[in-house]
Parts: sequence; C-alpha cells; structure tokens
Amino acid sequence: MSTRASGRTVGGLRTLSLQAPAVGLLLMWMLIPLVMTLWFSFQRYNLLMPSVSGFAGVDNYYYLLTDPSLWTAMGNTLLLVGWVLVATVVGGTLLAVLLQQEFFGRGVARLFVIAPFFIMPTVSALVWKNMMMHPVNGIFAWIASLFGLPAIDWFASLPLTSVIIIVTWQWLPFAVLILLTAIQSLDDDQVEAARMDGAGPLAIFFYITLPHLKRAISVVVMIEMIFLLTIFAEIFVTTSGGPGLATTNLAYLIYIRALLDFDVGGASAGGVIAIILANIVAFFLVRTVAKNLEN
Amino acid sequence: MMTSSTNSVAAASMAVNASRARRSVLNRKLVLTLVAWTIALMMFFPIFWMFLTSFKTEAEAISTPPSLFFTPSIDGYIEIQARADYFKYALNSVVISLGATLLALLIAIPSAYSMAFLPTKRTQTTLLWMLSTKMLPSVGVLLPVYLIFRDLGLLDSRTGLIIIYMLMNLPIVVWMLYTFFKDIPKDILEAGRMDGASTLQEIFHLLLPLTLPGIASTGLLCVILSWNEAFWSLNLTTSNAAPLTAYIASFSSPEGLFWAKLSAASTLAVAPILIFGWMTQKQMVRGLTFGAVK
Amino acid sequence: MSTLTLKNIVKEFTSGSGASASTTQVIKGVDLEVKDQEFVVFVGPSGCGKSTLMRMIAGLENATSGDILIDGQRINDVGPAERGLAMVFQSYALYPHMTVGENMGFSLKLAGVSKEERAKKVNAAADVLQLGPLLDRKPKALSGGQRQRVAIGRAIVRNPSIFLFDEPLSNLDAALRVQMRIELARLHAELKATMIYVTHDQIEAMTMADKIVVLQGGVVEQIGSPMELYHHPRNRFVAGFIGSPKMNFLDVTVTDVQAEGVTVRLPDDSESLVRVAGQPEAGSAVSVGDRLTMGVRPEHLILDDSGPLGGQVQVIERLGGVTSLYLASPDGSGDGKIGGLKADDQADSGWILIADGDVASRVGDNIRYTFDSARAHLFTSDGLALPSLDRHPLTGLTRQDNSLSSVSAAQATDV
Ligand SMILES: Nc1ncnc2c1ncn2[C@@H]1O[C@H](COP(=O)(O)OP(=O)(O)OP(=O)(O)O)[C@@H](O)[C@H]1O
Ligand SMILES: [Mg+2]
Repeated sequence: MSTRASGRTVGGLRTLSLQAPAVGLLLMWMLIPLVMTLWFSFQRYNLLMPSVSGFAGVDNYYYLLTDPSLWTAMGNTLLLVGWVLVATVVGGTLLAVLLQQEFFGRGVARLFVIAPFFIMPTVSALVWKNMMMHPVNGIFAWIASLFGLPAIDWFASLPLTSVIIIVTWQWLPFAVLILLTAIQSLDDDQVEAARMDGAGPLAIFFYITLPHLKRAISVVVMIEMIFLLTIFAEIFVTTSGGPGLATTNLAYLIYIRALLDFDVGGASAGGVIAIILANIVAFFLVRTVAKNLEN
Repeated sequence: MMTSSTNSVAAASMAVNASRARRSVLNRKLVLTLVAWTIALMMFFPIFWMFLTSFKTEAEAISTPPSLFFTPSIDGYIEIQARADYFKYALNSVVISLGATLLALLIAIPSAYSMAFLPTKRTQTTLLWMLSTKMLPSVGVLLPVYLIFRDLGLLDSRTGLIIIYMLMNLPIVVWMLYTFFKDIPKDILEAGRMDGASTLQEIFHLLLPLTLPGIASTGLLCVILSWNEAFWSLNLTTSNAAPLTAYIASFSSPEGLFWAKLSAASTLAVAPILIFGWMTQKQMVRGLTFGAVK
Repeated sequence: MSTLTLKNIVKEFTSGSGASASTTQVIKGVDLEVKDQEFVVFVGPSGCGKSTLMRMIAGLENATSGDILIDGQRINDVGPAERGLAMVFQSYALYPHMTVGENMGFSLKLAGVSKEERAKKVNAAADVLQLGPLLDRKPKALSGGQRQRVAIGRAIVRNPSIFLFDEPLSNLDAALRVQMRIELARLHAELKATMIYVTHDQIEAMTMADKIVVLQGGVVEQIGSPMELYHHPRNRFVAGFIGSPKMNFLDVTVTDVQAEGVTVRLPDDSESLVRVAGQPEAGSAVSVGDRLTMGVRPEHLILDDSGPLGGQVQVIERLGGVTSLYLASPDGSGDGKIGGLKADDQADSGWILIADGDVASRVGDNIRYTFDSARAHLFTSDGLALPSLDRHPLTGLTRQDNSLSSVSAAQATDV
C-alpha cells in the first residue's frame, strides 16, 4: 500500500498494475533465458558430442575464465566501445556546431550527415568492406594509388581499427542528431552576453556551448554504450572476429562458442559472464550518467 | 562647409566598413558551406556509392579506377527480383517493425506514465534495470529463446519477431516516454483528475495529445531500430517471416562476387527506411533528446 | 449547502529509499470547520503546508490520518471528481491542446453530458466571466488575466459545492489582481458557494475572507475573522504575520499585574499599562519581573517629542499619503541595521512607524514617539499573547457588512 502515498487517491490504478506489463515482460525476457543459460552453463553439453553429457560443475567457467580468448574479447569490447564513444562524441560535437551555422544548403547537408543512422548495420558493413576498404577494388585503395601509396588491406592489417571506423560512421549521426538539438536549445542571450564580455568563438565554445551540451553528451554516451557493448552484425559481416581473435568482442566470442563450436555449455557460461558484465556496467556507468541527467 | 565634408567622409567610410563587413560575412558563409558540404558528402559517400554501383554491370562495379561514368542499367535489379521476391521481404519488414513499435508503445505508455507521475522509491532503479537488459548480448540468450520459440511454434513467424523486437526496444521506449511525460506539468493532469478523468482518460485525453511529438519520435526510432535489426531475424526466421535484413544476407553469401547485385539489393533494403527517416527527421529530432535538452 | 470539516488531519511524506527512508510530517493534526458559503483563506509562510492541506481536501493527496467530511459525510476514500469540488491552480493548469470552450467543457464531456447541454453550461459560465469572444481560442493565445478567468470558468462549469483556489492571483500584475479580487468576491456572492483560498497576499486575505486560517509548520496557529486576527492575535507569530508592515516588537519587564492590566517598564524606564489579562491561554500567569515582548503595529505609533520611545531614522519612504519611517529599535538593538527590513521573521531589531504624509523628518534625525497602549500587545516568552481585556468593536464584523449589497439589503428591510 506504500504506493498510495504517491498522489492518486482511491479509484486510481496502482503504480504496480501500470508498470506490470513492461516490467513483467522484461523480467521474463531476462529471467527465463537467464535461468536456462545458467542451467546450461553447468552442463556438459556439446551438440557435436551428444554422448558427453551430465553435470559439469564449474568446468565450463573454469575453461572459459582460463581461456585467454575471453580476456582478449573483453579487451576488444572495451577498445571498440571506448574509441567509438570518443570519436562520436568529439566528432559529433564539432559537426553539430558546424551544422548549426548558417550556410548554403544546410537542410540537405544535414540530411546527408544523418543518413548513415538509418542504414542497416549489415548493409553498411558490406558496403564498407566491399566498396570502401577492399584492398583491390575499394575506394580507399584507389585514393591511395592516386598518391602513389600502397593500398592498405584494412581488415588484415588494421582489423579492429576498421571495425571502429565502420561503427563510428554509423553512430556519428546519432550523436549529431542529439547534440544538434541540444545546441539549438542554447539561449542566444547567453552567447550574446558572453560576446559582450569579450569572449571569442573558442571561448564561447568551451565556456558556454560545451557545458550546455553536458546533459546531451551524457545521453549520447549512455545510449551508445548500450548498443555498442553488443555489437555483432558489423563484425560478423566484415571480419568474422578475425584475423585470429583481433576483432572478437564478447558477443562474438559467445557466438563462436555457441554456434561454431556447438559448445552449448561453454557458450552459456560466456553468456552468464556477459550478463554479469552487463549488469556491472549498467550499475556503475548508467547510474552515473543517469544521476547526471537527473540534476 | 568643413564639418559637412568630414561628415560625408565619415559616412562614406562607414558605408565602406559596412560593405566590407557584409562581404566578410559572406566569405565566412562560403567557407562554412565548403567545409560543411565536404564533410556531409564524405559521410554520405558510401551510401551514394552503393546506390551508384547498383546501376552498374558487375564488371563496372569492380573496375579500377572506379568508374564514375557508365551507362546505368537496371539489370541488377531485375536479376535479384527474379531470385527473391523483394516485396515479400519488404512487407515482412513493414509489418514487423510497425507491429513491434505499436506493441512496445502500448506496453510502455502506462509504465512510463506511472514512473513519471506516480514515482516511488524504486522508479529510478526499475528504469536503470530496464536499460541494463539491453546490454545483454543477444547471442547469450539465443539458445534458450530459440528453444522456447521452437516449442511455442513461433519460429519463422512475424509474431515471434514482433515479440522479440518489442522486448528489445521496450527499455528505450519506456525511457524516452518517461522523459517526455516528466516534462508535462503535473498540475494539468491533476486538473484533469479534478474534472473526473480516470487514469485511462487522463492518458488518452491529456497525456497523449500533449506528448504527441515525443511519442512520434519514440515510435520512429523504434521503427528504425526494428527495421535494421539483423541478429534475431537471421536466427529466428527462414523464409515466411524473413524481413529485409535476411534478404540482404541471402545475397551476401557469395561474398562480394556480385557487387552490383548486392548493391541493388542493399539499396532496395535501405531505401524505404532512409526515405522514411529523412521525411520524419524533423519530428524525430524534436523528440530525440532523451530529456537532455531542458 | 456545503460544509467542510477537517478532523485531526495529518500528512506525512516519505522520502528516500530503503534504510535511508525518512518520514516528514508536513501537516500535524489540523482541525477546521468551514460553514456553508463561507470564504476561508489559508495563509502562512512558504512551505507551511497550505497547498498540501488544500490538495488533501481536493483529493489529490491522501491524508495519512484524520477525517475529511463534506456535509457530514466522510470523503477520505472518495475520488477527487466525486467530491463535488473544483480547484483553480496557481499555474491555471489549462489544457494547452484544447480551446477555451473545450477546456471549460472537459469535465462535462467526461461525465457524458450531451453536446448541447455542455455548450449551454459553458456559455453560461463564459457569460459570467465575459469569456464569450474567447471560447474558440487556445490558452496560448490568451493573456494572463484571461487564462485566469478560464481556469475559474472551468471550475464554475462543474457547479461545485466548494471551490478551492491555490494562490490563483499570484501570477497576475498588481492592477489585474485588484480587478480579479473584486470579481472573485462578486462570484462568491453570485454563486453562493463555499470557497477555500490559499494566498500569500495580506490584502487578499484581509479583504476576501470570512475566516482566515493561519498555518505555520503544519500547525494551525489561529482561526478567526480578519479583524479578530488583526486586533487579537493569539500569539506572536500571528501578530507578526498579519498586518503589513509587520508589527514592531520590544522586550519589556513586568512591573505590576492587576485586574485592569499589566504594567511594563519600557527602555527609557517609564512605565505603561497595557489592558491585558495576566494569564495567557496556556501556561502560568505572569508575575512581576517577568520578561515579556511588547508588540505595537506601525500604524499605532504616534510621533510625540515627549514620547517614551525613540530612535534614529534610517530610511524614509514617502508614499504621499503616508510616510513610513524605518527606525533603530527603541532599546538600541537595531542600531546600524536598517530597521524594519527584517531579514527573517524573528529579527526584531528596527521599528517601523507609519506617519502622515507631511512629516518632515530626515534620515539621521533622532525622533521620539509614543504608542496607543490600548493597541499594544504583550507576549510571554513562549510567544503566547496575553488576552486583551477589551474586545475590539469590529471583531464581530462580517465581510458582508463591508459590501454594498448588504447595505442595500439592510435598507430594503428597513423600508
Ligand atoms: N510530494 C512531496 N514529498 C515530500 N515533501 C513534500 C511533498 N509535497 C510537499 N512537500 C513538503 O511539504 C511542505 C509543505 O508544502 P506545501 O506545498 O503545502 O507548502 P505551501 O504552504 O503551499 O508553500 P507555498 O506558499 O510556497 O506554496 C514543504 O516543506 C514541502 O517541501
Ligand atoms: Mg503552495
């Protein structure tokens, strides 16, 4: 009955019943697979070896946690998320400031910049892989040849960088969209007052615009993080996690275990670890960002 | 005499200054135009190139240097349509995205309402927890979901994907709606309550009309995310319910050998959502702030 | 016919979560009796719980304990719309997406009233408030005063037995406020409804109320007619709160207690008899040597070169008709500060004297003044007033006695 104190008197639906559908569904969405995953993670369960089965104890976890690929994958996940965040936030802020200025054809230019956000990750990965970064026929290779430089085999020599470039291209428009909206809400009076106080464009950017964008940047970081932690399609299409484990992130490692090695037990253990990680990240980072937003 | 001449000199120099100032404003604008358009074209180039390639022959598509001038042909399009019926996939994409979006809104609205207007101590925690469910890698739960769907007969069904996408987007939708609802003055809903509105009437007569722009942009984002989702659609559908992401996948298997056709297929898969996104961009931007703009 | 009764209403808010949860009592047991067609005004400092109390009456907030009765029926568990009340919000809370007409007719629409019936009632209310030409406009296209009238119109349409107003005029400019005040008074007479009104504005409270409820910290300090509160404040808080500029306070010592009053010694060692009883409402009787606080309103101070009180003039405000002199406190404690500009409610240093418009004093002058001892108040150290021995003749006055309609009614009965 503690919900009664929150406003609506008698006759109103309780908070609980209003939230029940969403909360219940998400709980099911999380718990049922979680319980099943947990169960599998303690089983010896490999689709290739149906004869081997039974309770495995913590073996799956042991193998996984002692497997260096887990740590490589975690490192890759962090690198990917970190670099894309930095690139999109910095690039997004600069682009937002630029697109906010008066220039010819601003409306159309804006449409062009935000376009990548609407493109399927699979398609953008394919386009980048085959038409942009292809070592023989790609545009980059052709540009390099114009300058007499050797073509770079992007996915072979700079695999993680290539993935980061593609993902950044996809998420930059999102950052621009949000930051542009935020900049537009900046009070003109404030800028004018700063100009009266003798602030130049740079000072205005650092002392007025950037602080104003703090909330918006928090939002960009939070949302992108949610999506970037589980990047899959881009890796699947371009490098399949390789060469070696160079572009294998956590999501992709689990995928390799589950669908390529048919090791359900091991994959489930990986899933559990991913879930735990997700909750740790959610707990710390999201909470920090959300606090930032509340104030 | 003297004064009038100085005056006119001053006036003339002022006029010169003014025209100089005007010219420098114009120069600045030209430079800005150049810089902004260069970046915009670079951002858009991969999409443009894909579009261009889709009208090439396979030989032109892989020629070096890249051929910019060629006789456009729609052979690629004709061929891919012969191989797989685009419209079937497109219909699936439309039905699934819209279905998932409507369902997510329907479930999220009451929830966001209660979070915004009847907050309890747990509201913030619930919201964060909801968002955290989005961080689970789908692969981690693929197997259980696959098994459950198999047992429920939801494999390769639109209903199945609608449910999955709805769940996938629910946290974001709840959060966005929550930020919009929180901006509505509480007084207005209370006035409605004094006027005798039930919770549902409050939502339909007051809340929804007032937050329509926000709801629209939430829905648009949800449609885009559903349209572009590839993991679940590839793993849970085979033919009946396969959306455009699966359509693309069916062309990408011979890995880059047929770039013109692949580009044509990609263009077809991307075009509806890109045009949709461009047309609704104003509405979307207006609401896509997640409460970041105060 | 609508009465409202509050019985020992308590409201607690719980904040924080889990172990750190804390409960704050915002309303601490309020009793109130509102008669039919009465105009009751809640006043009190910001945060004292006026809005909370009103929202509980409205049904927007649950009472933690206690009973709310309308016409003798307990309505704690009745929804806000079924209580037969209407509320006008400080922010007006108009529905921005509806026209004026739709705003006013919304409650009827929800109640399933037919379109023609609705239009009739809305038009009737619009006529009362001269909103006719605005019915098709959206709230955005209205001025502040017009919005205010729409908010009132929305309340009128529901034909409530009790109107609730939460600082309805605070967003209007001074001139408009005067106009709306008169209009509200007219409406009250016309609609014959019970009205409960929250305000910060002294003038609104004094001119509109049949009964003022002074709240502080969730407790009712005093309930009474405006004149009663002005002339016979129950305690020092009410004395300081009602009346503008504020009552002046001075520490004094009791030298004699007798049936005809209490004699106190002033800072200049002169003595003065104040006609109050020596026994406060609660607590022990005062005796010789006790420290008391004397309160005198600025308008009851009289310039007098041989007066017992004196001080340096620090600021002069000339309004033409009257002049306010801000003085150092008679006991010297206010020296150096600007008198009367009291930073907080308890700061007593500095006195204000209202003199006539032609007073010739200058800043820096030392002036002397006296006071009307019949208008002086004495408070014990607990803040309780010593009850006056003479009732002020106007305390029994009702608000109707001040309006023309009652005069004409009286004349009509004479004929
Ligand atoms: N929902 C709430 N949760 C916790 N405390 C609250 C809540 N609403 C009000 N309060 C507290 O209750 C007290 C009384 O608030 P209320 O709004 O009734 O004051 P008020 O007398 O109307 O003040 P004002 O004149 O400024 O409008 C305040 O201290 C306020 O902080
Ligand atoms: Mg209030």
